[in-house]
Amino acid sequence: MRRYVLNRLWQGAVAVVGALLIVFVAQRLSGDPVALLLPMDATEADFEAMRRALGLDRPLPVQFVVFLRDALTGDFGHSYLWNMPAMDLVLERLPATLELALAGLVFALALAVPLGVLSAVHRGGWIDNAAKLFAMLGQAMPGFWVGLLLIVFVAVQLQWLPAYGRGTVGHLILPAIALGWYPVAAMTRTLRSAMLDIMQSDYVRMERAIGLPERAIVWRFALRNAAVPLVTLIGVYFANMLGGAFVIEVVFAWPGVGRAVVEAVFARDFPVVQAGVILAAVIFVVVNLIVDLTYGLIDPRIRHE
Amino acid sequence: MSDVAPAPLPGFGVGRAMRRVVGRGFPWIAASILLLVLVCALGSPLIAPHAPDAISLRDAMQPPVWQEGGTARFLLGTDNLGRDILSRIIAGARISVTIAAYAIVLSGFIGALLGMAAGYFGGVVDAVISRLIDIQMSVPALPLAMLFAAVLPPGEAMVVIVIVLTYWTWYARIVRGEVLSLRERDYIALAKVAGVSTPMIFLRHLTPNILNIMLVLATLQFGSVIVFEAGLSFLGLGIQPPQVSWGGMLADGRNFIEVAWWLITIPGIAIMAACLASNLLGDWLRDTFDPMRRQI
Repeated sequence: MRRYVLNRLWQGAVAVVGALLIVFVAQRLSGDPVALLLPMDATEADFEAMRRALGLDRPLPVQFVVFLRDALTGDFGHSYLWNMPAMDLVLERLPATLELALAGLVFALALAVPLGVLSAVHRGGWIDNAAKLFAMLGQAMPGFWVGLLLIVFVAVQLQWLPAYGRGTVGHLILPAIALGWYPVAAMTRTLRSAMLDIMQSDYVRMERAIGLPERAIVWRFALRNAAVPLVTLIGVYFANMLGGAFVIEVVFAWPGVGRAVVEAVFARDFPVVQAGVILAAVIFVVVNLIVDLTYGLIDPRIRHE
Repeated sequence: MSDVAPAPLPGFGVGRAMRRVVGRGFPWIAASILLLVLVCALGSPLIAPHAPDAISLRDAMQPPVWQEGGTARFLLGTDNLGRDILSRIIAGARISVTIAAYAIVLSGFIGALLGMAAGYFGGVVDAVISRLIDIQMSVPALPLAMLFAAVLPPGEAMVVIVIVLTYWTWYARIVRGEVLSLRERDYIALAKVAGVSTPMIFLRHLTPNILNIMLVLATLQFGSVIVFEAGLSFLGLGIQPPQVSWGGMLADGRNFIEVAWWLITIPGIAIMAACLASNLLGDWLRDTFDPMRRQI
């Protein structure tokens, strides 16, 4: 177990360094990284100072080590648009993004759990087919388009909910649906097949034999066991939703990390883009790490040998 | 994968696949939609009733023909500059399909090559390539795309590069898994003993065996790429005007969201239909080629 944890931590660290490497390469790809890291009205002296600070005259591996050192000490450059450290600016927006991703996850689970259970229990019935159709549509409709449709039909025409911004719970509903619809398909499918397996297992037969009500068997005992594969997916999808939120935030004018990064791309505020991407990668790695490590807690049968 | 599968099938079972196509279960609607998208892409200048960028302010904001005020001249209506939506959808198909084609071929080739190398050689090669896959997968696709959008000049090439960077891992992971089991087969051992060179083993003995799964992945990737490209173009980071793209049309229509529902509905339907069709066809191909993996 201990060895597994260490191994997994090591892999996570490699992944984060790798992500930093990708950012570093992207920076150099542009030709002159100084041009990316300085505002357009920077003077020649600024350029010189920046070149020296970045050590651009030194060999690339050395430059990468310097870049890594800066990253590890939390120095990701300075947003020249907002006159503050780029990472602080992104971190300031993080709660809004987490809130949105969490709401999306809640929406997805609220749909996927009943759909998955019912379509396994009534296999081949209308719920099963409707869930399949729903899931298929969800996978083919881009989240940002779902968002636009929700704005047109729910916010503008029916005027039920606000279309833009963050504030009340009402503001959260439409973006959460737009973000949460996509993973419903995979979650439903995973839960359904796990439920199908478990409903045929010996202990379910046993529970039936001793006369437990079917409802209790399905919702209390079978679901608890069938949820294990779903829990892994939750981590992966939560991490993916943080990425997906980047577009949804733009659609709904949600003041999160994604919108900050998109605005930074247009404003050529590279340090902010860089900080946003690194933050997304770190969260992604950490969430997956947590999921892997908590596996054993959820299902005591799984122990990492 | 079943272990009893014989050594490389001739081609990839065209005759058998054809019999299945004619038989039941073939997703005709999905295949027809994809065919329609391809025809639009290849013949867009010939098919489109208007030039996709022909501005005519007198005809601005016409609703689709079935709504009151619509005319048969513009079947799907016009946008704020009086450009014909139908013609723009057809022109958009061309861009989407072109990008998807480049992206699929490149990511398929790179992914398959790396996956084969990792699976076949094992050891250090496998460790390095597997770590590369892990690293690539630890950066979510959209933020990565934004990073590259910030440093590369926007346009088709940038979009293709970003998609290839994101998707090569799909192929690499699955091909690696397949090759891991293939390399233990007797005929590979025999080929090695007989002195067949490694490139030849890759080309003649491994490639035919992964073609099926590659075809399935490519079909599924098509829909995924279309959605991804639309997302980038919607954000303004992908295809740039005056080139027409479905995502770009959605971005334009967004400004008129309160007055012209068709501007954001119709391009989205095009994206959804193309993606749905490719998913359905991909699922069917997977079930046909590999009944063992069929979903219950």
